Amino acid sequence: MKKIYDSAAEALDGLLEDGMLIAAGGFGLCGIPERLLDAIRDSGVKDLTFASNNAGIDNEGIGKLLRTRQVKKMISSYVGENKEFERQYLAGELEVEFCPQGTLAERMRAGGAGIPGFYTKTGVGTVVAEGKEHKEFDGETYIMERGIFADLSIVKGWKADEAGNLMFRKTARNFNLPAATCGRVCVAEVEEIVPVGSLDPDCIHLPAVYVNRLVNGAPYDKKIEFVTTRERENG
Amino acid sequence: MPWDRNQMAARAAKELEDGYFVNLGIGIPTLVANYIPEGKTVTLQSENGMLGIGPFPYPDEVDADLINAGKQTISELPQSSYFDSATSFGMIRGGHIDLTVLGAMEVSEDGDIANWMIPGKMIKGMGGAMDLVAGVKKIIVVMEHVSKNGDPKFKPACDLPLTGQNVVDMIITDLGVFRRKDHDSKFELIELAPDVTEAEIAEKTTAAYEVAL
Repeated sequence: MKKIYDSAAEALDGLLEDGMLIAAGGFGLCGIPERLLDAIRDSGVKDLTFASNNAGIDNEGIGKLLRTRQVKKMISSYVGENKEFERQYLAGELEVEFCPQGTLAERMRAGGAGIPGFYTKTGVGTVVAEGKEHKEFDGETYIMERGIFADLSIVKGWKADEAGNLMFRKTARNFNLPAATCGRVCVAEVEEIVPVGSLDPDCIHLPAVYVNRLVNGAPYDKKIEFVTTRERENG
Repeated sequence: MPWDRNQMAARAAKELEDGYFVNLGIGIPTLVANYIPEGKTVTLQSENGMLGIGPFPYPDEVDADLINAGKQTISELPQSSYFDSATSFGMIRGGHIDLTVLGAMEVSEDGDIANWMIPGKMIKGMGGAMDLVAGVKKIIVVMEHVSKNGDPKFKPACDLPLTGQNVVDMIITDLGVFRRKDHDSKFELIELAPDVTEAEIAEKTTAAYEVAL
């Protein structure tokens, strides 16, 4: 079965539909599937809902699809540093479901593991709990949150083998792993595809069962939101 | 004289114990990392998926794949580890993180905290704050005692939308320190900043508290 595609557009061929729910990996601009997001923008598909921790920044990441008005709704924990987002949100053109970061990660993980709902203490007594089932366990109150079952997952990895086993790099793993598991189909872009046998099976972060389509997106020019450094001591 | 930002951070750092795993919020809480007591091993967690946050990198070692939850570039330590966001919040929600230090707009006398939205202003989102206050074993709030308008921030009840209900264990302000034994107890005023009087605290606090100086 063909798993490796020559371009992000080919890897997404036949998968995109107006109004679909897409789970996307990344934290800020770290580990975002930028080639796939560009290809989704270029496809013109619209009314998309994204389950993604952030919404990119102006003209980076999902921010590019906001600019072209292809996004109907965001399910996110933090959406700062994005003027176009702010404008559309305040004008009522964009729907936002704020979801605590850990709850969002767990909703993706749960969806990927076939769990339609779970109970958590996060958000009890806050607006997040409004309209949700409350249940007491051992004297503590919890709220029910729903697993996310996405139509499509798009993620960014570091290295993959030709079978689709995938490794992430440093903090770029973030939401990519849970997001990859919760879609009916998962498309992954990576920086390098190596022959099977090149990766240590003990060091695979995302087993091939979760990766349906794969594309090498290199070369990458990774963006950093806040470069912070220290001085080298003399000598 | 009230404490400045660094002195508030240094006071919070006195709560660190050897072997603690700690999550620091953005702003003054981040400064706590500069005051980890000598001889104590404290591991900092970054909720985007790292244990063992190292210092900011040298300019030639900046790595876009290595950032903290504030999206700043950081470095790793020999003992660091990386993991995904679901695992990260599993350790937060599951009570495996010993302490978090957070900023706040308001704290109530019952330990409620509001630090994520102001009605009428652009909402950026709660990020991981609701998960942290719900799951971490000990919650320390570091904040100015009064708002920019001079309004008390430690009050009978929060007016702003809550981040968590009955979760705060300790409040460190520029004027003093409040602590409570458990979530059924009242807060006690246990310390004053230099030259700050009990009367000044009383005047600038609307929350009910006990004095245990």
